[in-house]
Amino acid sequence: MTTRYIAAFAGLFALIVTVAVFMGTPFTVRLLVEAFAFALIAMGLNIQWGFGGLFNFGILGMMMVGGFAVTFVSFPVNMAFWESDGPLMLGQTLIAALIGAVLVFFAHRVQRFGITGKWRGTVIVLAWFIAYVIFRSQMDPAATYIIRESGWVGGLGLPVILGWAFGGVLAAGIGYLVGKVSLGLRADYLAIATIGIAEILRAVIKNVEWLTRGTLTVSPIPWPVPNPQAWQSWGADPTTSFIYARAGYLALVVAFVAVALFLIHRAYNAPWGRMMRAIRDNYIAAGSMGKDVTGRQLEIFVFGSVLMGIGGAMLVSFVGIYDPSSYQPINHTFIIWVMLIVGGSGNNFGALFGGIFIYIIWMLSEPLSQALFQWLSMFSSDMGWGRIPDIESRSVQMRVFVLGLVITIALRFAPKGILPERVNRNG
Amino acid sequence: MNDLIFFFNQVMIGGVVLGSIYALGAVGITLIFGILRFAHFAHGDMMTMGGFVAFVLATLVAGMGLAFPLPTGFIVLPFAMVIAAGIALGIDKGFYAPLRARGARPVTLLIASIGVTMMIQGLIRLFFGTSTRSFFDTEPKTLIRIDVPIEGATRPISFTEPQLLLVILTLIAVVALHFFLTRSRLGKGMRAMADNPDLAKVSGINTKQVVRVTWIIAGGLACMAGTMLALDVSLKPDLAFNIVLPIFAAAIVGGLGHAYGAIAGGFLLGFAETMAVFNWAVLLRPFRDNLPEWLEIPSSLALVQSEYKLTVAFIILVVVLLVRPTGIFKGAST
Repeated sequence: MTTRYIAAFAGLFALIVTVAVFMGTPFTVRLLVEAFAFALIAMGLNIQWGFGGLFNFGILGMMMVGGFAVTFVSFPVNMAFWESDGPLMLGQTLIAALIGAVLVFFAHRVQRFGITGKWRGTVIVLAWFIAYVIFRSQMDPAATYIIRESGWVGGLGLPVILGWAFGGVLAAGIGYLVGKVSLGLRADYLAIATIGIAEILRAVIKNVEWLTRGTLTVSPIPWPVPNPQAWQSWGADPTTSFIYARAGYLALVVAFVAVALFLIHRAYNAPWGRMMRAIRDNYIAAGSMGKDVTGRQLEIFVFGSVLMGIGGAMLVSFVGIYDPSSYQPINHTFIIWVMLIVGGSGNNFGALFGGIFIYIIWMLSEPLSQALFQWLSMFSSDMGWGRIPDIESRSVQMRVFVLGLVITIALRFAPKGILPERVNRNG
Repeated sequence: MNDLIFFFNQVMIGGVVLGSIYALGAVGITLIFGILRFAHFAHGDMMTMGGFVAFVLATLVAGMGLAFPLPTGFIVLPFAMVIAAGIALGIDKGFYAPLRARGARPVTLLIASIGVTMMIQGLIRLFFGTSTRSFFDTEPKTLIRIDVPIEGATRPISFTEPQLLLVILTLIAVVALHFFLTRSRLGKGMRAMADNPDLAKVSGINTKQVVRVTWIIAGGLACMAGTMLALDVSLKPDLAFNIVLPIFAAAIVGGLGHAYGAIAGGFLLGFAETMAVFNWAVLLRPFRDNLPEWLEIPSSLALVQSEYKLTVAFIILVVVLLVRPTGIFKGAST
């Protein structure tokens, strides 16, 4: 088993070195930063699916929330907003929301006043409706006002690391709500419920222009480490400055991943991890042994979401631009699943390996298929059939196909992944 | 009166068209779930693929210089459905059947269907690019206008020919499916297998054949839905990927594994979406002069902004999952 680990990671290292030789160091360092951030997200999914057996198709939502959090915390303060009536109007909106929440809260407890059955349902629906109307009556003017007066709310101008932490916290909150709503459901239903909630989140974040600037995008988002411009001002030439800056970022991300891996691995081997696996493998038996199945599943869902939020935040501050419309289910949800399944669900090192490996494949399929098409095109024009048109735009699309091919092959021939979970029966 | 006709055009016609698309897609999803017990995510891309198959056929037919009174895309639909059904069978043979033979869990099949989704999408984009195409480059899209013989109505009820064909086709498909499921031997076998696969097997039903027929029906219906959707709007690679979730929502709202429920769920969601984004202030405008001073009609009374149109389906989905997870009609469970 150990040889398998060594072989897998040595192969990965060789792959990275090859990439560095062919594609240049700045590209490789960038690739690694993103790959490690994706690996962190894959580890989050490993907690949910590998440890707890909980299906989550809403990874995109968590990443978006994390990205929003770091944008909001680390972006410079927008004084035009704070000096206008915007904060006051947002305060009123908050009060309206609270009034609505109280209304809904009491409507759900209306059976204490002797209203039950169909009437209770009617009252609840009515209360939700009134709460929605009250909220919208305050929210809409506030949003229009902020967009007109100051563009958007702006950031808080705090350190980026705080933003990452806030991303984790916010994702945990969303994860708690999602889990509370949907964890009672069977796997298929859970998949669709989570994907539905993620789509709701995506639509909201994309359209609340006063808070996130929506499709207008926010940039430049500051870096937690000196960025290329800073290195250049200290006298480095452009190429070196990119390498230094990205290497600094990479060191920070790798440190995060290492700490997370250490903690998760301890948790996995601890009684807590054993309990989670018991719940995953047979929740009825675990429940009859006195484990709080629903509570523990909620806990695990929240833990996984934290890592996804932090990973999403890291990616956003690395790219330096927050563009809600760039989030797509294939690039942000399904790819994480491919990473985990190919790497080996239930195994933390498998998640790490799969995350880095699949991300490299994903990024390399484009240049590789471009080369392949060029070759085919030469062949076909030699044969007198003419060249293949639009090679560039076509090879971009190949990576989606490659990803699909990889996952179907993995499911068929290595369903446990490259580094399968170690089951210790006598420990 | 004009406002009422506006309402009819926007909400009723829009809802029926959207609902038909959702219903056609949801029936396929629900059949696959009932027989094979897994959520088939690639259904949306099977719809898109069907649309592209029909597009290729239509281009070929148009290239031969043939012209028809109906849209060419509609004429070639039966052939496209046969091809799409064949592809669906091939996909099952290549990707799902080996996993089933191994006794994989439904969740594994669900993940495999994600892989199939990505492969279909990658291939479509590889061959057709990302551009938007139209079936109506070479022929006009007929607009049907019906004048309302009521005084004060100047605005006609209007819809396009593909929309009319879509609704008629949906009706035919629903009725045909009903008779197939209730009258034919195979259809009864399908229902038996949906209820209890083991019992169906021991009572001598050819389950392999049932699975094949399921894929043929699902592939054909997906092709029909995709082509009609492409005829109504336009053909692009993410045509149905964007609406596969509302289609799932329709199937779940109707109760997964329940064919009639899927149709009801589809229309319910279609109407809910168009009604939620409709500006109800339009209907109040005729009474503007009779209202007291203090009661002014706001310019927009839509329940949600139109950007959130698709979100309505998800909210209904989440609420249904919470309040009645088996759907409004009791669905299959495992």
